[in-house]
Amino acid sequence: MNRALPLIGFALLAVLFGFGLWWNTRHDQREVPSPLIGKPAPAFSLPLLDDPSTRVSKAEMLGQPYLVNVFASWCIACGEEHPVLMQEARQLGVPVIGYNYKDDPDAAKAWLAQHGNPYSMVVTDRSGATAIDFGVYGAPETFLIDADGIIRYKRIGPLTPQVIADVLEPKIQALKHAAPKQESP
Amino acid sequence: MKRRHVLLLLLGLCVTFAAHAIDPLKFKDRAQELRFQHLTRELRCLVCQNESLLDSQAELAQQMRHIIYKQMQNGRSDDEIKQYLVDRYSDYVLYDPPLKPSTWLLWFGPGLIVLLGAAGVLFTVRKRARSAPATPPPIDDEDW
Repeated sequence: MNRALPLIGFALLAVLFGFGLWWNTRHDQREVPSPLIGKPAPAFSLPLLDDPSTRVSKAEMLGQPYLVNVFASWCIACGEEHPVLMQEARQLGVPVIGYNYKDDPDAAKAWLAQHGNPYSMVVTDRSGATAIDFGVYGAPETFLIDADGIIRYKRIGPLTPQVIADVLEPKIQALKHAAPKQESP
Repeated sequence: MKRRHVLLLLLGLCVTFAAHAIDPLKFKDRAQELRFQHLTRELRCLVCQNESLLDSQAELAQQMRHIIYKQMQNGRSDDEIKQYLVDRYSDYVLYDPPLKPSTWLLWFGPGLIVLLGAAGVLFTVRKRARSAPATPPPIDDEDW
């Protein structure tokens, strides 16, 4: 038994090491959990990409659940995410607002013209000041905001078909079942 | 002697210019500048997560330094500024996380491991002492 002790010790370390590897494949080390989940989304008022004189505010969006997808033409991971949004955004059943983050408006327009526009509208935050209120630290990020303006879910990193099917869609469905209570007939 | 002083002074100026070229912030006095440096050293940059806000050259870090600077000019305390960032980016921005149930493992984990190790050593030593023969083992004079 005593002679086997070092071997047992080594085996335990090996198991711990293996667990660490396994854990890291399933978790993003860089992901910072948002403290805003379950709290009211910050107030915002941002100009539309196509028509900067028109602003969209949080108050206008109340009454229905919606998604906010933070993207930029300079963001490489957004390019990976984009085909997924092109395919799935219309089927989600909620408006998907494009949040153009620290981007040149012309570059953003060219990018959307080239890759397609999956968004129901696109707002711009060129300075990124409002994005700090949302706790944005890297694009792409996606927020699910309910009819009362509460942030229900945040995805850091690209949306994938799997994340949409496993996490996002169930959450949207849950909100849509709860939403009719808010609407006046 | 005087020339050397002037030279030193010029050298000193070079250093300050170099330091300010990166991020030109005007502080009202040295104390505030030190306070700013101390505070931003305690905060984590979210883009390059092994760097503090003070050291990071990331665009977001620069933006946050400006926000912190502005809030400082407006008379906000260090705790208020930290809370502002924690509200948006969670405790993760703090290099010195607060003691609360979710961070107990972080704070006490290392001590726990040391205790476990000490218990293991104690256990082994006691067991050996008990099983050791009363007479010393015969001297091994085998020829190598």
